[in-house]
Amino acid sequence: MTDIVITGLGATTPLGGDLASTWQAMLAGQSGITSITEDWAADLAVRIAGMVKVDPSEIIDRVKARRLDRSSQLALIAAQEAWTDAGLTWELEGEVDPLRLSVSIASGIGGLHSLLNNWDAQRDKGPRRVSPFTIPMLMANAPAANIGLAVHAKAGVHAPVSACASSNEAISLGVDLLRLGRADIAVVGGTEATIHPLPIAAFSQMQALSRRNDEPERASRPWDRGRDGFVMAEGAAVMVIETLEHAKARGATIYGTIAGAGITSDSHDIVQPDPSGEGQSGAMLKALADSKLAASDIVHVNAHGTSTPQGDVTEAGSIRTALGEAVDGCIVTSTKSMTGHLLGGAGALETIASVMALHDRMVPPTINLEDPEPGLGIDIASVPRPLPAGDLAAINNSFGFGGHNVAVAVTNANATR
Amino acid sequence: MATTEEIRAQLAELVNDVAGVPVEDVQLDKSFVDDLDVDSLAMVEIIVGCEEKFGVTIPDEESKNLKTVGDAVAYVEAHL
Repeated sequence: MTDIVITGLGATTPLGGDLASTWQAMLAGQSGITSITEDWAADLAVRIAGMVKVDPSEIIDRVKARRLDRSSQLALIAAQEAWTDAGLTWELEGEVDPLRLSVSIASGIGGLHSLLNNWDAQRDKGPRRVSPFTIPMLMANAPAANIGLAVHAKAGVHAPVSACASSNEAISLGVDLLRLGRADIAVVGGTEATIHPLPIAAFSQMQALSRRNDEPERASRPWDRGRDGFVMAEGAAVMVIETLEHAKARGATIYGTIAGAGITSDSHDIVQPDPSGEGQSGAMLKALADSKLAASDIVHVNAHGTSTPQGDVTEAGSIRTALGEAVDGCIVTSTKSMTGHLLGGAGALETIASVMALHDRMVPPTINLEDPEPGLGIDIASVPRPLPAGDLAAINNSFGFGGHNVAVAVTNANATR
Repeated sequence: MATTEEIRAQLAELVNDVAGVPVEDVQLDKSFVDDLDVDSLAMVEIIVGCEEKFGVTIPDEESKNLKTVGDAVAYVEAHL
């Protein structure tokens, strides 16, 4: 089976407007969580979030932007960075065969701002004030479709939806398409832009969010005993992946390999993870099998680690189950401690963080881990931790409401920089 | 009462805002679709924008006949 290599990376996040600044901030242990100072947040129980460091209006042309939901704007910014990083020219057709180019870009929720803003307009001013662009802005496949238009992809554009596992599922689908020979190169990843009073109120009503409003930078604290829920964030992360043969033929620079992926579903509850962790460890074990890796090959896990009281404990157990004795040689982190939870963008950002950790041989820290939950049995990086020389492999976990579990395995094999 | 030129100028601002067409290109003889590259969804926004800006009503069946900037300006003038 052909190797699937990573040749371009891009991100726009609460830590930085591109991947380089995001990654540097991660290694420096910085928090991207801030107070929401807008008036609309004043009466919310939760008034903190991870908002993108660089607003898309500073980058995207005004006329183009007014036809794009914020989720698509962020996705396009990350995709342009990844595409350019892969040595390709944004919006130029023909550098790669369009009939062999696919797109798989997820959003967990879709064009929420467009949906709600147009409802506001209709309710307040009548149906004539609804934008004719509302539907192409709000549809969950819009980020994928907009990227497909920009890169001239004609081998299929896909938008898998599985809540907070969506973008890892998008990566997994992209890998499958390349392995099946349905494309030679693919743009994969995810995006989310839901910092709006409704989803904040809705997640808050579920008691899912941290209410540490007076200390935003300390609010996301996976595995710390003082954790009280996740912190919503927005952003996008995108990779260009291709078959090793295609990458070599065009002389692309290679970051590493997507070795494989594993997907399971809990069939337990619509929002609660199965406390046995069977589905979570099952996804990791499937990823190992798909990648032809042994548990002892995994030196690093970028965990889902959202900072919820139960979820973090369940995942620690799942990691122990999946890796067995090899868990002792594996450094675990949750970069959500710094970025917050990008929902449908989380898996892609954290898979990219895993790729960068192997590439730079440095695991970014889990910040705010001051009083670790006892008995977790996993080695969590509370400070940046170096990785050894040689061939390395890592797993990124993403889990979503609905019982979706997607683990993606990456290696530094084939890396040429 | 607004003059033809005043209506054209305000419409030009609207077309620029919605579709990014330079205001100086929005002249009476120009076709929205063929000359100014305004697509059908942007045209809907321009029609609704005219209704807001000028306080006129432009029914959907009428809006189909507004092919040029001059058509739109004449419609607005006649219904102010």
